[in-house]
Amino acid sequence: MFNWQEKHIADRLRHLGLLLLPWVILVAVWHMIAVSGVVNGGLMPTPGQVAQKFWQLLTTDRLATDILRSTQRVALGVTLGILVAVPVGFLIGWYKNVRTFLDPLINFFRALPPIALIPLVVVYFGIDEPAKVIILFYASFFAGVIVMYEGVAQISPIFIKVAKTLGANDAEIFSRVIVPMTTPHILTALRVALGVAWATLVASELVAAQQGLGALIQSAGSFFQIDVIYVGIVCIGAVALSMDLALRSATKHLLRWQDRVEGS
Amino acid sequence: MSNPRIVFNNVSVDFATDRGPLRVVDDVSFSVAENEFICIVGPSGCGKTTLMNIVAGFVQPTSGRATLDGQPITGPGRDRGVIFQEYGVFPWLTVEQNILFGLQLRSSKVPKHQHQEIGRRYLELMGLTDFAQAFPKTLSGGMRQRLAIARAYAAQPEFLLMDEPFGALDAQTRSKMQDLLLEVLQREGKTVLMITHSVDEAVYLASRIVVVTARPARIKEIIDVPFAYPRSEGLHETQEFGALKAHVRDLVMAEYEVQQKLGSAAH
Repeated sequence: MFNWQEKHIADRLRHLGLLLLPWVILVAVWHMIAVSGVVNGGLMPTPGQVAQKFWQLLTTDRLATDILRSTQRVALGVTLGILVAVPVGFLIGWYKNVRTFLDPLINFFRALPPIALIPLVVVYFGIDEPAKVIILFYASFFAGVIVMYEGVAQISPIFIKVAKTLGANDAEIFSRVIVPMTTPHILTALRVALGVAWATLVASELVAAQQGLGALIQSAGSFFQIDVIYVGIVCIGAVALSMDLALRSATKHLLRWQDRVEGS
Repeated sequence: MSNPRIVFNNVSVDFATDRGPLRVVDDVSFSVAENEFICIVGPSGCGKTTLMNIVAGFVQPTSGRATLDGQPITGPGRDRGVIFQEYGVFPWLTVEQNILFGLQLRSSKVPKHQHQEIGRRYLELMGLTDFAQAFPKTLSGGMRQRLAIARAYAAQPEFLLMDEPFGALDAQTRSKMQDLLLEVLQREGKTVLMITHSVDEAVYLASRIVVVTARPARIKEIIDVPFAYPRSEGLHETQEFGALKAHVRDLVMAEYEVQQKLGSAAH
């Protein structure tokens, strides 16, 4: 028993080590490059300087508001995008006629980079909050809808047949069979959309945003505050990573019935 | 013989293909009475499954009539439990939740307080009690098949329709499942329609065997199986069993040859 516990603790430590190692290496390499002078002096702050700047901005300045604003925008854009992508993706995946009809349209719009649409969005929606959310919505919708419909199209009809022979009506087939079968695809769509939305954030905050991590990076760029740019970038990555981790642990719980290839 | 319940009257089915309609079932007439165990045997690809799908309500005859208690069969229903070749066990539900699925639907007439008891009974009957809370991903093929049978039974259907239910199992598991099925039927009494390509299985389980031809499926011969229930393993060793099996096998093999030629002509 004692041995087993010891081994368990050792395993946990090794796991933690593997998790942290790439970050330690990343920060170390960054630090070495910064102090080596390979990059022209002052153009690359050390991790320590960035951490200091981070703390300073967080405690005395706008950083907390920026993080909050950006997170709100991403959350809102992704929520709206997925709310629409789930039913649309479902219809395209389930009904062949709808697919024939909508598939070319979706692929046409999917190919357009959100950043190219910004001038038009400004023209039609102005420069306020809705404009930014619309761009994030656009990005999340097209990322999500593809995942949804590919997933739904692969669902085997056998479960629906089984449910019918057990006496299920249409509403019960939907709630008891189709919803659980599509849950994995909804969660994947959500994860992909979150990634795409964070990646689009800076572009969306180019639309005359005063607050937000994208806006922070923009203004730091015009004032040549390189350390602030680094703080912005690290924050975007960190918030996106923690959202993804949260979503992944929710997925793990919701989909514990699934066969997953997961090393021990 | 008691009243026929399922009746096929000159049933034919055409499937639409790129090269026009393809006849898969041709002028089939037979009937199934209460508590009969009918096995349909024939070469694979001949249209046996279509016959079962008609009874299940997934396929409508192109011509002729298929009736249940005199009413045309128009769709699936809980009076006819189906056990599919690929099991169709719901992976997102635990073993116990799978069994209770049919009982919890609005069309179920079983009062709620009996669900737990019925679930427990079928878990035990199928040897799944220890796995009640497990998800199907942890079950072996034989256990999944037992779960599919338990789930179909728990919904309390009057008919059991089985499409090659033991086809994917190894020989030992298959033989155990056959005995378990006979045992459960002995206890609960159901009318069964089973599709199989195993002649041995048909002779061992059925009260009547319907031999169908190569595509399109026609009835070649209907054979009464004279052995009394309950049956057990020892039946396989008897001379009568061997003789009947040889007779059915000759019929099926002749059709198998025809189906083979059909297959190569199509390519």
